[in-house]
Amino acid sequence: MTKKEVLMQIRDLSVTYTTRLGQVSAVDKVSFDIYQGEILGLVGESGCGKSTMGKALMRMIQPPGQITGGQIIFDDEDIMTYDQNQMRSFRGRKVSMIFQDPMTSLNPVQRVDEHIVEAIQVHEPKTKTETALERAGTLVRKLGIQKRRMNSYPHQLSGGMRQRVMVGLGLVLNADLIVADEATTSLDVIVEAKLADELRDIREEFGVSLLVITHNIALVAELSDRVAVMYAGHLVEIGDVEPIFDAPLHPYTKGLLKSIPNIKLDETEELYKMPGEPPNLTHPPNGCRFHPRCPKALPICQKIEPGFEEIAPGRLVKCWLYLDHPDKEETTIEVPA
Amino acid sequence: MNNGITKDNANNDYLVEVNQLKKWFPVPTTFIGQIFNTDREYVRAVDGVSFNIRRGEVLGLAGESGSGKTTIGRVTIGLEEKTQGQVIFDGIDLSTLTSEELRKMRRRMQVIFQDPLASLNPRMSLGDAIIQGLKIHYPETADQHRDTVLEIMEKVGLTPARFYFNKFPHQISGGQRQRVVIARALVTSPDLVLADEPIAMADVSVRALLLDLMIKLKEELNLTYLFITHDLATAKYICDRIAILYLGKIVEMSDLREVYAHPLHPYTNALLAAVPVPDPHERRQEPMPKGEIPNPIHPPSGCRFHPRCPYVKKICSQEEPVLRELRSGHVVACHFAEKFLAE
Repeated sequence: MTKKEVLMQIRDLSVTYTTRLGQVSAVDKVSFDIYQGEILGLVGESGCGKSTMGKALMRMIQPPGQITGGQIIFDDEDIMTYDQNQMRSFRGRKVSMIFQDPMTSLNPVQRVDEHIVEAIQVHEPKTKTETALERAGTLVRKLGIQKRRMNSYPHQLSGGMRQRVMVGLGLVLNADLIVADEATTSLDVIVEAKLADELRDIREEFGVSLLVITHNIALVAELSDRVAVMYAGHLVEIGDVEPIFDAPLHPYTKGLLKSIPNIKLDETEELYKMPGEPPNLTHPPNGCRFHPRCPKALPICQKIEPGFEEIAPGRLVKCWLYLDHPDKEETTIEVPA
Repeated sequence: MNNGITKDNANNDYLVEVNQLKKWFPVPTTFIGQIFNTDREYVRAVDGVSFNIRRGEVLGLAGESGSGKTTIGRVTIGLEEKTQGQVIFDGIDLSTLTSEELRKMRRRMQVIFQDPLASLNPRMSLGDAIIQGLKIHYPETADQHRDTVLEIMEKVGLTPARFYFNKFPHQISGGQRQRVVIARALVTSPDLVLADEPIAMADVSVRALLLDLMIKLKEELNLTYLFITHDLATAKYICDRIAILYLGKIVEMSDLREVYAHPLHPYTNALLAAVPVPDPHERRQEPMPKGEIPNPIHPPSGCRFHPRCPYVKKICSQEEPVLRELRSGHVVACHFAEKFLAE
């Protein structure tokens, strides 16, 4: 990317779910930017809050969840201040979303063309059906869906085809940002690879930004320009894809990258075995939420949460190892495996 | 313990021999259709598959959804009736056994399923869940069951075992649940373990631990695994040999390293290339085959991969390629495999 213009600024965004067992802070004061025309990969394990984050960007958090604080700035406006009507026109036109399971997101009794025409007419009520159909036709052609498929019902399409229809629905209103939440996860590996190629082409052709939310870290390496790593409701590291994969800084990112299987035969045999499991977010650990599993934990990590600081241009890390603190000279403590 | 079915063929290299196995599922038709239409349609989930598993080996079955990998596993250990073919387990043709003998044989063939939450009874404590297999297969040693369970729980890393014995599935993490499922499979001291996507549900940071555990247990307990997976990157870390499946047929099979280093079938080639590599400097350049896995009710003529194959020639749609050995132990079903080998 040559020019980095910020499309969306997320500042101190927090989402909390109220459950029988207490408050779950699924997203805790997360801040980052999404640039125009970039593919940003948001990775993390299940329960880390990445999907919640994606939904929060469109203010689609349903009770018992609630956005409990922060700002989402788009076009110089904080969408947290929008009313229902403003939000409705924001969703779809500015930011749209592709979900994991196209079968549950598409209406089983609506044909492909009806889906697209409906999406256009809901947001632009004055559009004539013929015009909408024409737009749908052009778009669908670009996505490699045959014209005759326009009259098909979702169950008549293959998994990859359905997911392309979802991508089409995301694009039809010329949204600036598409949030793809595990959009390729239910697909087979060859179909997934093709969809990844298509997402890249779409970015080139339409100039949209893509926020690709996934647990598949290898896919992010394949697809994105930048990577954001989430752990237990916190963003722990963000940066350009190559520096992150070449030299991860946060101990969680380091461990995560070393634990991904690599199909290349010349890669090492041993996978890193990260001790422990992600914490229960009703009672997140004090200080840095990763400290109980961290091989480099310092005394301060158990007490005070580190800030999310820029330590190199475009590279932010939430870790005391890279920040100044009073205990800096102390040696690292041993964490039992 | 001798229940009539013991390992006496120790000189036989193969624990499992599967010959020309077929499993066709009838397609549901309407009532009228059932009366008038005598030509029923079938989903040919497994359509003539042969392979052997050596003792102590991990054989991987890999393919996309609909390739028949799960069905092969289920038929092999007798969870599903076969349509045709032969499964020989430790020298015994399973179809010659009575249902009582087969039930006894099951002690030696256990399963680890993909979803630990779905495979555990939410109302049964972990210890009770694991002890079931012993109650069924070794009722005569009831007084030792609890100790055996505690021992296997320690082995799979549910420590302290006494603490976990009375816990329920919802009280433990996903990774621990999968350990319970592994313990339950191993408590009857099986010879063969069918592992059907055993780590697919686990988080990345937990997967490595589970894989490691499975490898460790295999060595300790002399197990043989039939490892079913769609994830070729994970397969690399556990499988000794691998069979690549497409629409109910094996298209290529050999030592894993041999297949990965020298794939000879265009489908294997595509499948390996499609797996994303966690290195942004090595992004995939090659295009992917067109289309998706076709309908297994009416599989394509000739080579089943021909409609998607980038190297397709006339013969591919007319004649089905024979699965044949090209290099030592490396079998391929492609008309042009010899040509690819020479290149």
